[in-house]
Amino acid sequence: MCTMIVTQVNIDGSGKGANGWFKLREANVSYDHPFDAPLEHALNIDFVNEALGPGERVAVELSVEAARTLVETIDAVLKRAEAGGYLEQSAPAVPDTAT
Amino acid sequence: MDQTGPYEGMLAETIALPGFQGDLITAYFARPLGPGPFPGVVVIHHMPGWDEWYREATRKFAHHGYAALSPNLYFRAGDGAPEDVAAKVRAAGGVSDEQVVGDLAGALHYLHALPFSSGKAGVFGTCSGGRHAFLAACRVRGFDAAVDCWGGRVVMAPNDLTPKQPVAPIDYIQDLPCPLLGIFGEEDQNPSPAQVAQLEQALKAHGKTYDFHMYPKAGHGFFSYDRPNYRQEQAVDGWKKLFAFFETYLRTPASSVPAAG
Repeated sequence: MCTMIVTQVNIDGSGKGANGWFKLREANVSYDHPFDAPLEHALNIDFVNEALGPGERVAVELSVEAARTLVETIDAVLKRAEAGGYLEQSAPAVPDTAT
Repeated sequence: MDQTGPYEGMLAETIALPGFQGDLITAYFARPLGPGPFPGVVVIHHMPGWDEWYREATRKFAHHGYAALSPNLYFRAGDGAPEDVAAKVRAAGGVSDEQVVGDLAGALHYLHALPFSSGKAGVFGTCSGGRHAFLAACRVRGFDAAVDCWGGRVVMAPNDLTPKQPVAPIDYIQDLPCPLLGIFGEEDQNPSPAQVAQLEQALKAHGKTYDFHMYPKAGHGFFSYDRPNYRQEQAVDGWKKLFAFFETYLRTPASSVPAAG
């Protein structure tokens, strides 16, 4: 790794990868060399389920500006949903069987 | 120089070799056909993985008359698309220096044990591989020449050190036993020109043999023809300098080679 700037966070949700939908378990957020974006460094997010192997990955590589805009947008959307009383606070009711 | 006349052949294949702690890891091996003797080159991949470019580079060294071996430093992360495997390694904070040094020692021993080995071997790497090339040259006995292409984090501030990278490679500089070629871009941020200058100063202070080239209008990874940071003129010149360097230190009889510091 060249910058070594990476943080892993546990998440719940679903992602659609090369083999279809799978349960997400971790998001790896890094600022390092991207694989595809035409930048020397990018804000990279890998949505993964490590138990399923390296191939189960939904990847995004963002410019700094795009990453900041995305963060602000996610926060704004969640605030609107919260204001409308739509937020679901509880964990998914369906037992997790497909890791 | 390339010639059209003589017969030429090459063998290129995936092999397995014992790396750190005896773990069997995969490696891509390419060599000219014939009895040799051939000098060896260990080819170290970059942070984004053990990908096609490094197979091409390995064959390029074979085309130039070297037995070239590119170990998969991410072998333990499993198989898959190189970038998926590299993403997994990235999430884990990279591979540890200790493990990398062990894997590269295994690669060097493999080359030396070949019946067609000339007995000499170099190490080449780009990006994190450039850092690893410097590290291996300092810590693994037996390399005769090393090439660091834009290796970042050779110079590290104390707060950059991690459990996987507990010592800045520059701190091993007194142990560097062989000549070092450095190829860098002046627009690179990692390593920055200031860090390259710091490394050069340390090499000079320790009386080491080195040859550094800082290319204008180039940044990080300017050999990568499939990326926007590719710089054709600088890359062509860099490859020429690299092969001239290996020619001098890996193929010239010892009596005619300038002594390393």
